[in-house]
This record gives sequence, structure tokens and C-alpha cells, in this order.
Amino acid sequence: MPYASFCLVCRGTACESSKADTLYDEIKQHVAANGLNDQVQVLRTGCFGFCEQGPIVKVLPDEAFYVQVVPEDAEELVHEHLLKGRPVERLIYREPGVHALGNIDQISFYQKQFRVALRNCGFIDPEIIEEYIAREGYVALEKVLFEMSPDDVIRELEISGLRGRGGGGYLTWKKWKFTKDAQSDQKYIVLNADEGDPGAYMDRSMLEGDPHSMIEAMAIAGYTVGADTGYVYVRAEYPLAIKRLRTAIAQAEEYGLLGDNILGSDFSFRIEIRLGAGAFVCGEETGLLLSIQGERGMPVQRPPYPAVKGLWGKPTVINNVETMANVPVIIMRGGAWFAKIGTETSKGTKVFALTGKVRNSGLIEVPMGIKLREIVYNIGGGIPGDKKFKAVQSGGPSGGMISYENLDTEIDFETLTALGSMMGSGGLIVMDEDDSMVDVARFYLDFTVDESCGKCVPCRVGGRQILHLLEKIAKGEGTMEDIQRIEEIGRTMKETSLCGLGKTAPNPALSALRYFRDEFHEKIPAEVREDAV
Amino acid sequence: MAQKKMTLEELRKLREEKRHSVQVRDTEGKTIQVTVGMGTSGIAAGAKETLQTLVAELEKHQLTNVRVRQSGGLGLEHAEPTIEVRVPKMPAVIYGRVTPDVVRRIVNHHIIGRELVDEHIYDRPAADILDAGDHPIVNGE
Repeated sequence: MPYASFCLVCRGTACESSKADTLYDEIKQHVAANGLNDQVQVLRTGCFGFCEQGPIVKVLPDEAFYVQVVPEDAEELVHEHLLKGRPVERLIYREPGVHALGNIDQISFYQKQFRVALRNCGFIDPEIIEEYIAREGYVALEKVLFEMSPDDVIRELEISGLRGRGGGGYLTWKKWKFTKDAQSDQKYIVLNADEGDPGAYMDRSMLEGDPHSMIEAMAIAGYTVGADTGYVYVRAEYPLAIKRLRTAIAQAEEYGLLGDNILGSDFSFRIEIRLGAGAFVCGEETGLLLSIQGERGMPVQRPPYPAVKGLWGKPTVINNVETMANVPVIIMRGGAWFAKIGTETSKGTKVFALTGKVRNSGLIEVPMGIKLREIVYNIGGGIPGDKKFKAVQSGGPSGGMISYENLDTEIDFETLTALGSMMGSGGLIVMDEDDSMVDVARFYLDFTVDESCGKCVPCRVGGRQILHLLEKIAKGEGTMEDIQRIEEIGRTMKETSLCGLGKTAPNPALSALRYFRDEFHEKIPAEVREDAV
Repeated sequence: MAQKKMTLEELRKLREEKRHSVQVRDTEGKTIQVTVGMGTSGIAAGAKETLQTLVAELEKHQLTNVRVRQSGGLGLEHAEPTIEVRVPKMPAVIYGRVTPDVVRRIVNHHIIGRELVDEHIYDRPAADILDAGDHPIVNGE
């Protein structure tokens, strides 16, 4: 006789400390005492990621979600819900204004996540085009080809407020409009999948989990600006992503969703893949375009921007993977739907790669404006070993630290920049009390020095100098003047470097100094420190 | 399979046909569905061994009504390898830290025995936006 109900008791490490084990035993005992052993299975589960409300109990298939359940509640829970089928209202989690019971979509709101760009990842088999089609796939392409003019598409993107997710946060509709308005016999769409930030893997996951959404978005962009060719620039270190993308392109061609006269319309579009050899600077758009052309990937001065003069001198739309992943949804549900999510200036969601000293690491997608605290403690489940939170490094080698005092900042493009960090591609590395900020700054500078293309002096020489000074300080041989030097060089690099790599390379060092200056001071020998004072 | 290029009508028809069969596939007598998370990180965590063991175990028990499929990463990187098990009349369940040993238990207890496997149940990280039109997030809350 199969069980009629399943009672799941959360047993994440955080809940364990709040008596989840006793609760589990109590529930089991009461289930047995009520003669329900054959009907209810009681289980322990992994962390639900909602630890501040723990311990958590979930009853399936009713989808009842109970929070802050203590062992003393076990009797009532078993007797009322499992025996009599009456949910215990007082323990049910309620987001204000939401009726939790009986609606899985709304219950899931406790998770704080909302998946737009990652909507298909984990749902569909990425190697089967029918699975994408079945989940509203190519509906947006259909809609633009047969119901919308290029201007309609741009207007919808404008209403949505979508901004580039690759780092800069430039308004997507503006890029598309510049390219659309440019006069040329040939235009291009380029997908920037040259993900290079240490710790960031959102592009890889989207390409691996949902490659057709990229094809659909690129075709929509092609139709909008008048381009018939698209290039995917993806790093060769992502073999699985490349394989799935190749499969997807071949399937789309076979089904007539790429190629000549798509779905019987006048619109024709092709996509080719170009592999990058893993040079970080090739993620910079002008360097990337040169690399596609077969030249050495070195940034060139902008303007002219690629939107007007890009690949082989032709107008080119270049967007990052996550940006593109949002496009079909905006077309299907409308810009206004998208604009309801997020903050005043930053609409929609953001995908973050949450790693470092956090219990539940993983790829998350959250509405813009979420507090960092919610990410680290609700979704991430807090810090292992209950160590003290020190900082989150956001934005990779271009970003900076967010310290404890700013845990409650609502994060979007503007607030992160104001804190001296940046959105970047969305890496979030959590650090605890054991991590040295001098070492973290050194790690990132070591990375950018390695990846600098060497074309402009501020980046080539400045980065190396900062790294040298950081190494000196880390060895305990630094002086107070060295700290000042780092700041001077950093400012110069920000102001005078040619491209984004050099402009942002000093950020990890500067922001470590801004929030954790004491740690640098502590590394400086006492006698030298006192001399300076 | 050589597919002819589709017209708009054919695409719409295909979508309608496939719409329901993806979540619960009852075609070809396969009523049970197991999805293995096969992104790069899942594979690095051992998803290929999990998949091989799963297929071998299903063969051993001659469970021909189970469809095994793959997906990309779910976002539960800390708990990989992950698999999702959908058995009719049972809640859909995501299991994490699914080693070959755990996948054998899942086949024997969940798929054959119709009970869930202790200590390995995780939660899908977010609601599916395809049926979350009235989600509080998009109602300005």
C-alpha cells in the first residue's frame, strides 16, 4: 500500500542546531501513535534554504509549508494535518498577501528566487528541440516575425528597461536602435559568451541548459536590426556548452527556425560559432570583435561603438548571454510585465553565481533590489561552521567588496557601483572572518595583470605595480606610502586605461582598502607604521 | 529523422502536441520520468556514474516504463549530482547528492517501492514562471 502523504523535515545544518532532529523524532512517534505508519512517510531532507525560518516541515502532496516548527508542535501537526487532514494554519508560512496553501507557485516565493533567464534550465532536455518548443519556445520569434515591426520590438525592450547583464548595464533597446538606424548593406548580431570572471558560470549554465533560447533571441535581434548573420563567441574551455549549442543550431536549421525564409516569412538568419582561446580581454566587446575577425584580441578606442561600426566595420549588436535569455520572455509577456520586477533603475532579475564560504552554493536568479543578506542567509543558508561574515566580493576582477555594514543594501546596478563594486557578470564570492583581504586583492590583481593585453600603459604597467605593492605588503615589508601609491596608481588606471579591463582592474584593491584598511595596516611592520604617523 | 522545414502552422501544432507530454510523458507506455542534471558541474560531481548506474539498475529490474532524460544544471550545485523523479500519483521529487549507491536506493525504494528516500530530498530553487503569471513578484509586491 503506497503512502498517502509524505512529511519532510528539513535537516540542513542550520536547522539541526534548532532542534530539527528532536522534531523529526517527535513527528515519527506521533505518526506511529496515531496508527499512521502505513499512510505517512516521515523523512529528513536537505536544506530548503530558508534557514532563518527553520526548522521547516513540508507536507506532500498537499504542499503545506510550515515554518519555525518546534518539537512541541509535533503532536498538533500530526493529529490535525496528517490524521484529520486539517492544515495547522498558525504554522503555515505566509508572505503578506499570499495564500500559501494549495498553490505551489506562490509557496515557492519563500525561496526568494524568480527564474526568468534560467526558466528552462533543469526543466528541458537541451538536446531536444521539441522540449524547448513545448515550453513556449519560439513563440516570441513567431510573434515578432508575424505581428511586430522592428520598431515595436525596440519599444517593448524600452518599456522593459532591460540593461546589459555582461557588466556595463547599458540599455539594450538603445544598442539595438543604433544598429537598426545605421545604414549598411550588412549588419551582424554577436552573442558574447566569453565568460571569464573567476567563479562565474551563468553563461555556461544557460548555454548548457537552454541553448535554443539563445538562438531565438539572436534571431529576434537579427529581425529587429536587419541582420542576417549572427556569431556566438564562446570560450573553447566550455566544450559541453559548445556541443549543445551546435546540436541546437543544427536542429533549428532542420526545423526551419534558422536559415532562409524562417517559418515562411521574408526573414533569413544564420548563426555561426567562433571559439575563443580563453583570453579574458576578449570578453571586452571591441577585442572580441577583432578576435572573431581572426586578429589578435586587443581592445580599440570607442567611439565608434560596435552598434555603428563593429564586426568588419559593419553595425553590430553585441549582447551577453543572460541579456539575450531575457529577450524572448519580454517579447512574450510584454515589457510592462518585465518592468514590474526589480528596482527603479534596474529592471528584471539577475543571475548570480553564489560561491565561497556559503552552505548552499549554486546558480541563483533573484529580482533586482534584493538584499545581499537575503542572498547569503536565506538562499545561501549562511556560512559553514557559523563563522562570522566578512564580505562578499561581487563583479569578479572588475568588482569589489561589500562589507557587513552594507549587507542590507538593495542591490542593483547603481547601488553596487556606489559601494565601489559593480554588478559585473554576477559572481558573488562570500568570505568569512578567516579570509585575508590583502590576499583577495592580490589574487584578483594577479589575474588581471596576467590577462592585460598590454596595449595601453596604465593597465600594463599600473596593474603590475599595484600587484608588486600588494605582494610587498603581504610579505610584511610594506610601508604606509605603499598604500597611498596603490590608491594613486589605481585612480590613474581608472581614468586613463583604454578599456574596461584596465579601468576596473584596480577595483578589488581599492575597495579592499576602502572597507578593510585596518587589515593592510596590520600587515605593515609596527616600527614603519609609527614612523609614518 | 529528416524533418521538413516548418511553417508557422506546423510549429504551432507541434507546440500544442508537445506541451503536455514534456512534464508527464505517457507516450510509449513510459509513465515514470527520471531527469539527471547533466551540466558541467553536475558531471564533475559524478552525474555520468549516476546515470550509468541508473540505467543499469532499471535494466536489472526490467523497468521498461521509465524514461530517463537529461537536463542542464538546476542551480543546486552544492547538492550535485541531482536527479528529479516523477512517478504518477506521487509528488515530483528532486534528490541531491545522488551517488551510484543512492540512485540504487531511489530505484528500489521510490520507483519500485513507492516511498521516498530519506536524507536526499531537495527543493526546486524557484517556481516555474510558465505557470506563475500571478506570482506576487509581478504583482508589484
